[in-house]
Amino acid sequence: MTASGTPASTGPASVPHLDVDPFDMAFFADPYPTHQRLREAGPVVYLDRWNVYGVARYAEVHAVLNDPATFCSSRGVGLSDFKKETPWRPPSLILEADPPAHTRTRAVLSKVLSPTVMKQVRDRFAAAAEERVDALLDQRSFDAITDLAEAYPLSIFPDALGLKPEGREHLIPYASVVFNAFGPPNELRQQAIARSSPHQAYVAEQCQRDNLAPGGFGACIHAQADAGAITATEAPLLVRSLLSAGLDTTVNGIGAAVYCLARFPEQWQRLRDDLTLARNAFEEAVRFESPVQTFFRTTTREVELSGATIGEGEKVLMFLAAANRDPRRWDQPDSYDITRRTSGHVGFGSGIHMCVGQLVARLEGEVMLTALARRIARIEITGEPKRRFNNTLRGLDSLPVTITPA
Amino acid sequence: MPAITFIHPDGKSEHVETSGGESVMQAATRHGLDGILAECGGNAMCATCHVYVDESWLARLPAVAGDEDALLDGTAAERLPNSRLSCQINITPELDGLVLKLPERQV
Repeated sequence: MTASGTPASTGPASVPHLDVDPFDMAFFADPYPTHQRLREAGPVVYLDRWNVYGVARYAEVHAVLNDPATFCSSRGVGLSDFKKETPWRPPSLILEADPPAHTRTRAVLSKVLSPTVMKQVRDRFAAAAEERVDALLDQRSFDAITDLAEAYPLSIFPDALGLKPEGREHLIPYASVVFNAFGPPNELRQQAIARSSPHQAYVAEQCQRDNLAPGGFGACIHAQADAGAITATEAPLLVRSLLSAGLDTTVNGIGAAVYCLARFPEQWQRLRDDLTLARNAFEEAVRFESPVQTFFRTTTREVELSGATIGEGEKVLMFLAAANRDPRRWDQPDSYDITRRTSGHVGFGSGIHMCVGQLVARLEGEVMLTALARRIARIEITGEPKRRFNNTLRGLDSLPVTITPA
Repeated sequence: MPAITFIHPDGKSEHVETSGGESVMQAATRHGLDGILAECGGNAMCATCHVYVDESWLARLPAVAGDEDALLDGTAAERLPNSRLSCQINITPELDGLVLKLPERQV
């Protein structure tokens, strides 16, 4: 050790080792006690189960997210290190890329999903939310996941992308594979990948220019190839990013918001009293539930982080959900408070890789919650909520509710 | 430390003491100022920390970058020649006394 100049106290030996598996079913069922253990153990921990470093406090998660030169994405944002293993699919040109390559592709998606574009789609998204509430008011009792959290994004996002009507049933299963694949080689990941070929085939086909309706987000990405911003072979892979990350995430975001508002009736009442809180009610649900729970980075060099030395080529697991409830950063972190100042939460990440579709998510969340709160007096949970298990996403499989019209 | 004055749409002004190494947006949110949302947390993605810079200060600020220019086209309130995103203005001692007007709305 001394010969190489590395002090014996550095590396995994100097940080607390924890014997927790943040990808097993018991953890998914109730991650909060483990999140607290991870935060309290130290600013940087080591997880022996998967031989990775972990950060669960807000400050360190934020620091790792905002130092992409040291904590890179091009070696994969899951456990698998693309330098050592062949990725299960061709890597994403944006999520699994570093500057300068990332800068170019990121600019394209930022433009396609910009605040200006959101102004153009807002009325359409709001009208679809009203239609969904019409249908729910007819039903009175329904599953808030299938009939609301899934049905609403499915009624707008594939059309906004410009997808053909046929085959859309592959979209949510495909996204589920993508997010399971960031996890370790456990049963969830292995089974998801084993069953993925029909979904992959569908997605690869829909990303082609001829299959995307003019005027949609997909066509806009291909138009960027004409403008020279990307190549014609890159365009389909960037469309794939929207297919991977644009639907299941908002399903879980809207599901989280409805689950919160159904569990905390006093917050529902506050929203009903002031509909301008709808957007923040959604944002606070993203902080509180963190639909995307974790992402990995890989170190490009030896680095010191809050006193811990991490060697080159190490995987670092960021617990976004734990950071979003770190008492060092948030007052009463375990309360869902729709008037909270949510700015700075890492539910959408932070830094250069921060969710490029965040404006779409917020728009969907805002117009859906506005429509619900304006026309529904009460939401009552009428059966045991069932959890959906995924290595990265947190959400429900089923949430039986009964609503009372306003 | 430099201080900034924010003028709300109703004409009331609010004085914010800043600390070094932060943006105008960060100073405003730390202070709990209403009228700056900063949904993206300062990543130049959302255009919800829009401000109108007092004319006398405009020339003293660093130029608008390409990202910021594109985002300003998407602000909820009208974009004016003195529109800026406050997350893109880093506070320096020279900005002591900066006056910023808040728009009617951020979303």
